[in-house]
Amino acid sequence: MDITILYYLVPSLIMFCCGVYGFITRRNMIAMLISLELMLNSVDINFVVFNRFLYPENMEGMFFTLFAIAIAAAETALAIAIIINVFREAKNISVDDLSKMKH
Amino acid sequence: MESVGSIIMYLVIALSIILFSVLTVTTRKILRSATFLLFTLFATAALYFKLDYEFLGAVQIAVYAGGIVVLFVFSIFLTSHPGHNGAELVGSKRVLGVFAALATFAAVLFGLVYRCGMAMASLPAMENPTMHKIGQALMGTGEYQYLLPFEAISVLLLACIIGGVVVARKR
Repeated sequence: MDITILYYLVPSLIMFCCGVYGFITRRNMIAMLISLELMLNSVDINFVVFNRFLYPENMEGMFFTLFAIAIAAAETALAIAIIINVFREAKNISVDDLSKMKH
Repeated sequence: MESVGSIIMYLVIALSIILFSVLTVTTRKILRSATFLLFTLFATAALYFKLDYEFLGAVQIAVYAGGIVVLFVFSIFLTSHPGHNGAELVGSKRVLGVFAALATFAAVLFGLVYRCGMAMASLPAMENPTMHKIGQALMGTGEYQYLLPFEAISVLLLACIIGGVVVARKR
């Protein structure tokens, strides 16, 4: 058995679909952020796999993933700061109950 | 042709990625969700190690598993009662979520299988990227070298630190 690109892309695709499902169904802001992390992570896997299989002489996909990880960390830290601030204001982080800024 | 050990390792990694990412979005307790996210990230790091990107696997463990998941756990403790179950899902919401996920899956799988001849490419030989090569690529300005994004990321992280402090500060 030869492990081709497809064998790596399908688990990553399933991870992405789980992220989509979680992002739509979850109402807790932190749970939505966790689903977002899943989606970002599956995209990182895709970059690395394409780099490894199609262009193994360069490291472009690897560096793209490296920078994507750094940006994801920054984004998560900022999002959690915002969530904690929202919790302090509203005592709640369910997106259904946060309608204060709705017109 | 791959060795049997390599195939077994691949199966373990792929199955744990699938299992833990499904559990992450289906479990009702938010703290368990964060724990399963941690396992998914570990499986991803193992995948990077298997594809010979050792540095990337180490970064994945250090930044994601060591940094982001800890942030998640602390913010869960700060904002919710970890023992409580999440709210019961509304039926229409769940149907919408399943539909969106399945539609994404079907569309991308169709593209992968029918429109993409490279999907059958097998693993080419590669010399592992050593720290020397990675450092050269990060600190150069030529082709395939990444000094500018590196510096841009450092400015972004600084902005993010300041933003985090300003946003989360008690007034």
